[in-house]
Amino acid sequence: MEKKYAKNFSLMELMAVAAAREIRDHEIVFAGTGLPMLGSMLAQNTHAQNCVIVFEAGAVDCKLAHLPMSVGDPRTMRMASTATGLFDVFSTVLQRGWIDVGFLSGAQIDAYGNINATCIGDYKKPKVRFPGSGGSGDIACLSKRTIIIAVHEKRRFPERCDYITSPGWIDGPDGRNKAGLPWGGPEAIITTMGVLKFDEKTKRAYLASYHPGVTAEQVKENTGFDLDISRAEETEPPTEAEIKILREKVDPELIFLKKGED
Amino acid sequence: METHLEDKVMSLSEAVKKFIPDGAQVSLGGFTAQRHPMAFVHEMIRQKKKDLHLVGHSPGGDWDMLIGAGCVKRVELAYEADEAFGRIGPRFRLAVQRGEIEWEDYSNFGMVQRIAAGAMGIPFIPTYTMLGSDMLKKEGFSAETRKLRKVPSKKLVLMDCPFTGSKVALLPSVQPDVTVIHAQVVDAQGTVRIYGQNFGDDQQAKAADKVIVTCEEVVQLEELRDYPEHNCIPFFRVNAIVKVPYGAHPYACYRYYDYDPEFLHMYHDKARDDASFKVLLDEYVYGVKSWGEYLEKIGGDEKLKKLKADKLLGYAPKLKRR
Repeated sequence: MEKKYAKNFSLMELMAVAAAREIRDHEIVFAGTGLPMLGSMLAQNTHAQNCVIVFEAGAVDCKLAHLPMSVGDPRTMRMASTATGLFDVFSTVLQRGWIDVGFLSGAQIDAYGNINATCIGDYKKPKVRFPGSGGSGDIACLSKRTIIIAVHEKRRFPERCDYITSPGWIDGPDGRNKAGLPWGGPEAIITTMGVLKFDEKTKRAYLASYHPGVTAEQVKENTGFDLDISRAEETEPPTEAEIKILREKVDPELIFLKKGED
Repeated sequence: METHLEDKVMSLSEAVKKFIPDGAQVSLGGFTAQRHPMAFVHEMIRQKKKDLHLVGHSPGGDWDMLIGAGCVKRVELAYEADEAFGRIGPRFRLAVQRGEIEWEDYSNFGMVQRIAAGAMGIPFIPTYTMLGSDMLKKEGFSAETRKLRKVPSKKLVLMDCPFTGSKVALLPSVQPDVTVIHAQVVDAQGTVRIYGQNFGDDQQAKAADKVIVTCEEVVQLEELRDYPEHNCIPFFRVNAIVKVPYGAHPYACYRYYDYDPEFLHMYHDKARDDASFKVLLDEYVYGVKSWGEYLEKIGGDEKLKKLKADKLLGYAPKLKRR
């Protein structure tokens, strides 16, 4: 069947669809609040109906009927296979090696996909303090692969994060090995301007695609590190079916679709 | 053991007076938007508790209010926010930026492992998590603080596993003076039943020296003993039981009531500013004598009806959340 691309969609919708497309059927997904929830719920309602959604607060393989506003939301309990707590999920599911794909976000993302969710400026006297790791550091360390979601602004994409809360490729191809993490690592960064992927050899982020209405040069201008745009093409737009499910089934209350991600 | 026979059921004010001295290391149950012992938090603020040392994983407004009210000296945590209702605890952010509290960062898994180790009675626990992160390199607590009671002498230790040679982080265990949780049901002797996700409540309670359980319902002994496999904390670990219906408001309590979006949005709006936060405390904490009076203030029966959980789903599907 020919794909019918949607003509009208918002940036949030485009990003949710991009996140959903990173999930393959039958995968076990570690989802956080916001876009990862939209993406995994959309995936479960489209191409990846057998994907398993796991929330760090306890619920494993829930069938969401209402969008949760927290990973500990009572809504994550619906039709779950098991519901325990953080220690069980983090140790027996995540650290034991069962998470195929984990979603992450943060205040700063650097050229190697490291994430800062802790503070800007000196750690002891921070200019701005953020909520901290939560499960982000755990997901970054222990998932088989991760997808990062971020607002694309120059200050949010520095060469090096002020503080590494959640390790990406750390400082290059051998970074994770040296740190004692011979598995995992980020695969893509879905931003408000495009999708970044990591060079096989150097593990530095490059621009894989720019969203409709944005140019590759604009993405480069809005990135704090030197961004390779030579391989960039336009992001595949959402299909009409994806947008319909997103609006009617995933977030009809417009909790995240309206509000935007901060 | 005679302590088993004493009457553990008491009022909020008695429980705070009896079990929370100034300077205590305290752990509070729940997770961001669910089951924080909020009625107990309000009473600690009313009794003007000082210099508390809080340990936890992902608290929300429970810690944020205590910090804002000046009850807290130091924290060990992974995350402080109400997630989609507020991306950071505003009083926590200000207290850190102004240098008003001491803090130490671990990841969520890091903190729950430390607590689980405490519950197991072992001194440390090895893990792969946080490897490659600056949580291994940057320390929040000073050398002075590290000498204090119940504060680990080091944040963590990196070593090669003696069996496999792989890198591991050894995390020090935590055994709080007191853990306070809000459960759905407790029997009069102290056996605890929690519906829905347990979060870290089970380990937090078992790691602590003393345990206080606030709850929606206190039932007769026999009621919980029919299905012991559904209970998570044995009675002899519980020192005090306080019945406080809606005691987790504005947070959810699975199968009983949902979170209160209206209140949470209002909190995040007011708590950003010193003056409006003070007004909020005066109005909702200092200005009321009991949790019943507080529930009237937040909208009484009409509000509680909106939050009431659907029997099958365990939450309020029609609740307006934006």
